[in-house]
Amino acid sequence: MLHRPRSTAEALALLATDGATIIAGGTDVFPAHVDRPPPKRLVDISRLRDLRGVRREANTFRIGAATTWTDIARADLPPSFDMLREAAREIGAVQIQNRATIGGNLCNASPAADGVPPLLALDATVELASPRGVRTMPLEAFLLGNRHTARAPDEIMTAVLIEDDHNDGRSTFLKLGARRHLVISIVMVAALLDIGEDGMVKYARIAVGAASVVGRRLRGLEARLVGQTVGRAMNDIVSPVDFAELSPIDDLRATAEYRREAAVELVRRALVQLADARHG
Amino acid sequence: MDDTTHRMTLKINGEWQSLQVDGAQRLSSVLRNDLGLTGTKIGCEAGDCGACTVLIDGEPACSCLIAAGQAEGASVVTIEGVANATRSGAALLDSFHAAGAAQCGACTPGMIVSAAALLDANPSPSDADIDRALGGVLCRCTGYTKIFDAVHIAAGNRVESAVGERGFIGERIARLDGRAKVEGRELFGADSIPEDALFLRAIRSPHHRARFSFGDFETFVAVHSGLARVLTARDIPGRNLHGVIPPFADQPVFAVEEARFKGEAVAAVIGDRAAIEDMDLSTFPIEWQVLPHALTMQEAVSTNAPLLHDARAGNILVHGRVEKGDVTMRDAKGVVAVEGEFETSFVEHAYIEPEAGYARRTGDRIEIVACTQSPYMDRDDVAAILGISNEDVRIVPTAVGGGFGSKLDLSVQPYIAVAAWLMNRPVAMIYSRPESIATTTKRHPARIASRICARDDGKLTSIDFRADFNTGAYASWGPTVANRVPVHASGPYFVPNYRARTRAIHTNCPPSGAFRGFGVPQMAVAQEQLLDELAARLGIDPLELRLRNALDGDKPTATGQLLGEGIAFKQCLEALRAPWSQARRDAEAFNAQAESALRRGVGVAGMWYGCGNTSLPNPSTIRIGLKPDGRIALHQGAVDIGQGSNTVIAQIAASALGVSLEYFDLVSADTDLTPDCGKTSASRQTFVTGRAAEAAGRALRAKILRLANVADASSIRLDGARLELVDKGQRHEIALSSLAPDAFGYLLTAEESFDPPTTPLDDNGQGSPYAIYGFGAHMAEVDVDIRLGTVKVRKIIAAHDVGRAINPTLLEGQIEGGVMQGLGLALMEEFHPGRGENLHDYLIPTIGDAPEIETILIETPNSIGPFGAKGIGEQALIPTAPAIFNAIRHATGVVVRRAPATPDRLLAAIKALA
Repeated sequence: MLHRPRSTAEALALLATDGATIIAGGTDVFPAHVDRPPPKRLVDISRLRDLRGVRREANTFRIGAATTWTDIARADLPPSFDMLREAAREIGAVQIQNRATIGGNLCNASPAADGVPPLLALDATVELASPRGVRTMPLEAFLLGNRHTARAPDEIMTAVLIEDDHNDGRSTFLKLGARRHLVISIVMVAALLDIGEDGMVKYARIAVGAASVVGRRLRGLEARLVGQTVGRAMNDIVSPVDFAELSPIDDLRATAEYRREAAVELVRRALVQLADARHG
Repeated sequence: MDDTTHRMTLKINGEWQSLQVDGAQRLSSVLRNDLGLTGTKIGCEAGDCGACTVLIDGEPACSCLIAAGQAEGASVVTIEGVANATRSGAALLDSFHAAGAAQCGACTPGMIVSAAALLDANPSPSDADIDRALGGVLCRCTGYTKIFDAVHIAAGNRVESAVGERGFIGERIARLDGRAKVEGRELFGADSIPEDALFLRAIRSPHHRARFSFGDFETFVAVHSGLARVLTARDIPGRNLHGVIPPFADQPVFAVEEARFKGEAVAAVIGDRAAIEDMDLSTFPIEWQVLPHALTMQEAVSTNAPLLHDARAGNILVHGRVEKGDVTMRDAKGVVAVEGEFETSFVEHAYIEPEAGYARRTGDRIEIVACTQSPYMDRDDVAAILGISNEDVRIVPTAVGGGFGSKLDLSVQPYIAVAAWLMNRPVAMIYSRPESIATTTKRHPARIASRICARDDGKLTSIDFRADFNTGAYASWGPTVANRVPVHASGPYFVPNYRARTRAIHTNCPPSGAFRGFGVPQMAVAQEQLLDELAARLGIDPLELRLRNALDGDKPTATGQLLGEGIAFKQCLEALRAPWSQARRDAEAFNAQAESALRRGVGVAGMWYGCGNTSLPNPSTIRIGLKPDGRIALHQGAVDIGQGSNTVIAQIAASALGVSLEYFDLVSADTDLTPDCGKTSASRQTFVTGRAAEAAGRALRAKILRLANVADASSIRLDGARLELVDKGQRHEIALSSLAPDAFGYLLTAEESFDPPTTPLDDNGQGSPYAIYGFGAHMAEVDVDIRLGTVKVRKIIAAHDVGRAINPTLLEGQIEGGVMQGLGLALMEEFHPGRGENLHDYLIPTIGDAPEIETILIETPNSIGPFGAKGIGEQALIPTAPAIFNAIRHATGVVVRRAPATPDRLLAAIKALA
């Protein structure tokens, strides 16, 4: 049975009933039920108006949790969000991007979720609603492990919030897979640089996905980049030591060693690309 | 039980419809099962293949990922409505048909619907726009080249390729079954299941090897409403055994006491569709006792490895050997030797249509309507399983949504046959994607050690080749692989001293079977890379080295066969010469200036492949008749799995008869209606069945001409009830009503057979195993990212000796598709038994991985094939992977020891070299 609540409150009430599963884009719910019947009770939150779309509220961008990746790719957002929009165009393929939602990507908590690194690099916060009220927490605190989040069973993610404090930065997203489309990432990198008039890095935010159980920020490297003059030399600033906190695994897609090396290479490329873009 | 259904309205293909359904079901199920819109195909139920793409409010989406209730109030456009409900749909149907963009047709609805969304939004898309718009729909047949063409044609950017007028050989006619494929009307295995059919699902081993014992079925059936019964080995009326090569038949329908691979069926449940689909199979009453298993060949041949089959000592299924001359003289003075070890992986066929079909009992006969490549072999095996005569089994092949070798073996057939026989009700079975990947045959992984010697002028002196093939738990086509490879391991080259030895080894993996090339592509990965090593050692250009050793009609093959006429391998290499020199120079110039991590390389590889069975009979029989209504009936039993035999065989028959194809009525494969045309495999249908069709066409022509005793060159005109023969301007008119119908109901009938002339191989593997061989050479241009280990194949030029091009469009389609499968084998495809049984872990190339593919068809007709034609299906794939590997070597110096060259493996090899 599919329930289509008209409000978040109604959705929360339905979720409290036995065996209910939230569905929005369905791109994770159904693949988890190949060869077995789909969940008996689905609560569809994809039509909740409050949960859909990108809005600016004061100094915060509010992205409804049920906003699709196509919506995000088409949204009018500052250059600092380019990495998020680029990721939106790399998730699955068009068929997936048209349905899959930002909230689903985060709540599903795959280590290879393409939406996670750009949102970590944007210092995103997530908003969760439950019968007890609404709470927010940093995305970094929300993601606890492989398919494991801080969401309580009776909670619905309602929005992703991003403070508009680095509008001047530019960003990019690089995805590495074993084929061109419709591929689970071997590793991916989101990077944001704000470069001053003097050509010096004002701040940097870099996150790596699919190389740990959850995406990781590289804070050591970010700190060292501040004050550096951008240019080709940025290649040399990036050191494998900066990646020590990653804990990649061997799996069908690649070895752990490869993931570590590829992460270093992709971060270098992302930084050089951002530095070049400034001149170009 | 609550009623979980509710009434919803949605706009389907432009019309509002009201439905009473369970809104939590997949939309794809509702479209197919409740609305009968079976043009929407189900390939994976996980969003990995895009076959079920429909438009939701104009935007493409996988209908398998949408809860039906989520589409309430929405506009849904499926392939059935795309012509009317989108602006560009009608043009796309035409262009996909004309361009040959549909082969098997299983991905076609998803492709066309996705393309319609693109063109409606962007009437003049670039290649990059098409790439992005179609990136979510996998195609396993076409290599995507003609799909790009079709979208451009529909957009008005390109003109359609010309089509022929009479449908004779050499004409680029659109495939005769193509319109149904592009419109989604083609019925595949899951598309024509009767409404009253029961459904069946198999209970399968979750372990690589385990003993099992059943619990209480009675209680299990009693507590599950809608469940009719359980089937096990004890319910098989005949023999619980099948196998594609009868002397090696070793595979049970249901395992008895012990399962030998993960996914092996041990029982089945039968019942109402909803009950069966909703059943949690993990509650089935069975206990498993896990036993030690061997997944690798090393484990399986170790002394303490348990035997999979008692009669097969050391887990060796068969040995193969071909030997001539003396390879031990290899270190003679002035001789250079190169040697190496290579490994390839399990490769999954990954056709877009998972196995499906239904069976129905009709009195004391059984009728099976399912996808297959081999109706007559299915018939004989099913008859033995039911314990009835062959004639009491009717196999009616549905359209086949890709096969590539795996649908030669039985899949759903024995289960639905036994169930329908016992229940006296139609029974259907549809494999899920995980079930298809876990249990059907794979390409054999190979471990190869080879040594090639040559004089300093590059002339080969000896080849000593050994290969082991992981044949999995059951024989399947393991003996064929082990015997075909030693015949071919010389490649298309002359070598005086030769030894090739192979083994097929049982492991607790799914059975390895037939996959486009029967082991020859694996062999070519090793041998063609060693030839490049030899070229480098001798300082000879790799293309030149191959030319110096190229087989021609005067030099014997490794089995001592003199091929005589119709060998154009040298012409294939020569056709590559100019682009080769240019591309090699360009690559070296590119690398000299390279600032980025990209290195460009160009590689070449040669190929030969014997058409038809190896030294075994494989006849085809064609019947053709003149009907009382003045039309021609062509009984053509070759199964078209997308490769185009429905069209090519008809073109041959029409040419031989001298009557335009528009007068033909096709009677397609059905063991009750068509004589045996053998299996669709071994690149034999154009060649063997085609030759039978040529003979039958000529025979009918002779009978028709005899009606008026006119000369051979006379023309035949059919005009309803009259037949007109024109001999040097003189007209003879014959009223068809003056002729009496024969036993087939035809006024004149011709039935002709052809079996390729071969000889058995002797103890040293000497003889003439094939009547003809196809030859070819591929050139690959690649860019390797030396810091990420990724490879982008920029271009493939494929030169093939096809004898005579019956339909150039379809030949190009076969080659482009073969190239793409070769690219997958080279760079990304690797199945790990028991893991990743889906299409997001098992990767096949997407449209974004497609290189530019240029096909060069070389025609040197021979007197054996129909109008001189040869097969192409397997030939097209064989040289691609080694050409790509040789290009990687040219770019980086790395020799690819293990296929696929995934980014992690390639990067490790690049670093090891530095």
